[in-house]
Amino acid sequence: MPDEMLLHLPMVNSLLERHKGSAGALLPILHEIQEGIGYIPDVAIPEIAHALNQSQAEIRGVISFYHDFRTAPPARHILRLCRAESCKSRGAEQLAAQLRERLQLDDHGSSADGNISLRPVYCLGACACSPALELDGQVHARLSAERLDALLDACREDA
Amino acid sequence: MSLYLPCDSLARAVGADEVALALAGQDLQRTSSRGLYWLEPLLEVDTPKGRIGFGPLTAADVPSVLDALKGEPSAHPLALGLVEELPYLKSQQRLLFARAGITRPLSLDDYRAHGGFEGLNRAVTIGGDETATEVFDSGLRGRGGAAFPAGIKWRTVRVTQAVQKYIVCNADEGDSGTFADRMLMEGDPFLLIEGMAIAGITVGASYGYIYVRSEYPQAVATLRAALDIARANGYLGANVGGSGLAFDMEVRVGAGAYICGEETALLDSLEGKRGVVRAKPPIPALKGLFGLPTLVHNVLTLASVPLILAKGAQFYRDYGMGRSLGTMPFQLAGNIRHGGLVERAFGLTLRELVEDYGGGTASGRPLKAAQVGGPLGAWVPPADFDTPLDYEAFAGIGAMLGHGGVVVADDSLDMAHMARFALQFCAEESCGKCTPCRIGSTRGVEVIDRMLAAPDQSGRDEQAIILKDLCDTMQYGSLCALGGMAPFPVVSALKHFPADFGLQSSEADQ
Ligand SMILES: Cc1cc2nc3c(=O)[nH]c(=O)nc-3n(C[C@H](O)[C@H](O)[C@H](O)COP(=O)(O)O)c2cc1C
Ligand code: SF4
Ligand code: FES
Repeated sequence: MPDEMLLHLPMVNSLLERHKGSAGALLPILHEIQEGIGYIPDVAIPEIAHALNQSQAEIRGVISFYHDFRTAPPARHILRLCRAESCKSRGAEQLAAQLRERLQLDDHGSSADGNISLRPVYCLGACACSPALELDGQVHARLSAERLDALLDACREDA
Repeated sequence: MSLYLPCDSLARAVGADEVALALAGQDLQRTSSRGLYWLEPLLEVDTPKGRIGFGPLTAADVPSVLDALKGEPSAHPLALGLVEELPYLKSQQRLLFARAGITRPLSLDDYRAHGGFEGLNRAVTIGGDETATEVFDSGLRGRGGAAFPAGIKWRTVRVTQAVQKYIVCNADEGDSGTFADRMLMEGDPFLLIEGMAIAGITVGASYGYIYVRSEYPQAVATLRAALDIARANGYLGANVGGSGLAFDMEVRVGAGAYICGEETALLDSLEGKRGVVRAKPPIPALKGLFGLPTLVHNVLTLASVPLILAKGAQFYRDYGMGRSLGTMPFQLAGNIRHGGLVERAFGLTLRELVEDYGGGTASGRPLKAAQVGGPLGAWVPPADFDTPLDYEAFAGIGAMLGHGGVVVADDSLDMAHMARFALQFCAEESCGKCTPCRIGSTRGVEVIDRMLAAPDQSGRDEQAIILKDLCDTMQYGSLCALGGMAPFPVVSALKHFPADFGLQSSEADQ
């Protein structure tokens, strides 16, 4: 096990201690770990299982069920393009094609240099101003091909 | 001179923060949004006659607006005049969204100055029996989609004895084309808290959860801050609003699973499990969260309660038609010129909504269809647009109102692609509990692919028959509405737009 993973253990354990006794705390625990570390490292799983008195398989089953949870470090930037109906009706598919083309990635891809990850998302609640995307947690709506390019340029600049 | 600019996440997504930055040094308050999103960022300014507006603004427009305010404001090219006189807003019946665009989301003073907590006060005064009766008599039906009478659920939970009962607010709002829950949570969080507190003390539940989808971080943060304020002011805690009864609650965040909007999957998720749908019975009102009686309602349902209590059931019932009573915040989205929130009594037609409010397509191209009620809703062709927005009338044309979202499409949208997407989405989001949904959705995508690749008409007709058959199996054989209603957008697309599938007529697949 790489040392850096072990470094996360104190954080995981103090957080588990805090949630002890709170009912159904698994999702809040996973969210907090991911927020703190960027993903849910493998070392955390036996600790969570032990603290909640559940099997590791149960914990892994929950992690894999939900689209949000990651088990590997994310890229520097996470770009989630909305692909649901409202945004599709305003050209989301053309923007998706533009992304694939420019980044040479598929819809779920991550660039080799670790700079950007693409993910689809199904509705950001921005449908009155479709199309929309979320970049590093920030929503951008009323997108155009030019604005998308400008956002990508900004990501590349701080790579 | 006071200036007002929304802090709503969508206003921010189209540049409100940049406008605010350009206004540094002014007396600027960040309010909720009016929901007139095509005008966002919408800056409002106090005048003796009322607030006047400017929008949609960019930061670059700010200096000229400030100049205009020193002289003749209406001369500015982006001047809108009195905001409350804009026909889009003036003709609405804003009950639930009465404070939208006016108050600051986290100001308890603003909330109280605009009718806040009148409902809770009355509930405390009249007691649980009468409060439950008011909700029942109002005719309020669940706004999450299924439109079940709220009063019946309240009575069931109220009379069920248990050591602990819960209120659960379903804020998973996963449907494309909907954003009313988001607007309400970000813009008027105390209203939801008040509604849940009334529900709690009425049905005898001392704890509540708001389950918010993770795509709405600003709603989560706003609600959490509002909970602290409400608690510090005695609206939550051991003695809610002086009732002598205890109620408190917390916010829980989803993790990107559409199926967790289904109430029983949501309960499993709250329990820390995978969001798998439970077979009913038992209904959540009897055995819900942790096996205990639980009142599960959508955000808008709970947020309607304070008003019903404050003004009385009769006031509320006077809006609407048939068995669809009260108002509904419809949400105009997709390819629409004037996207935004339109709160009106049930009964206006889809045409009025899309054409009069929406102003037609944003692209200016011919209207093709509107999908009403989210990804599981049917595509309604313009020929059916005179249908009144009423639960029963929509069921009558094989469609549904759902959560009130309307996604408009112009003639460039390929309905075969949309039908395929509906099934692909179902396959991705299926909880996996039952076969018609889990397997059927994947097979459906393959059938559409084969149909589109078929070299001739007879090959396509053959696949169309298989697709209809498969949709039938999904509709009647699925445990919940994900598998049960995903066929709606597919079958409606096939019926109204056969040419998009390379079919000659809708009769081909009979
Ligand atoms: C697949 C699926 C997704 C759903 N998503 C939501 C949702 O996001 N929000 C919601 O309030 N109800 C949703 N519902 C409806 C809930 O199951 C339930 O009917 C609702 O929360 C009850 O509240 P109400 O009585 O206030 O409508 C969904 C149902 C299904 C089958
Ligand atoms: S219809 Fe789909 S989502 Fe619903 S219970 Fe069955 S498998 Fe789960
Ligand atoms: S469908 Fe894209 S934001 Fe709602």
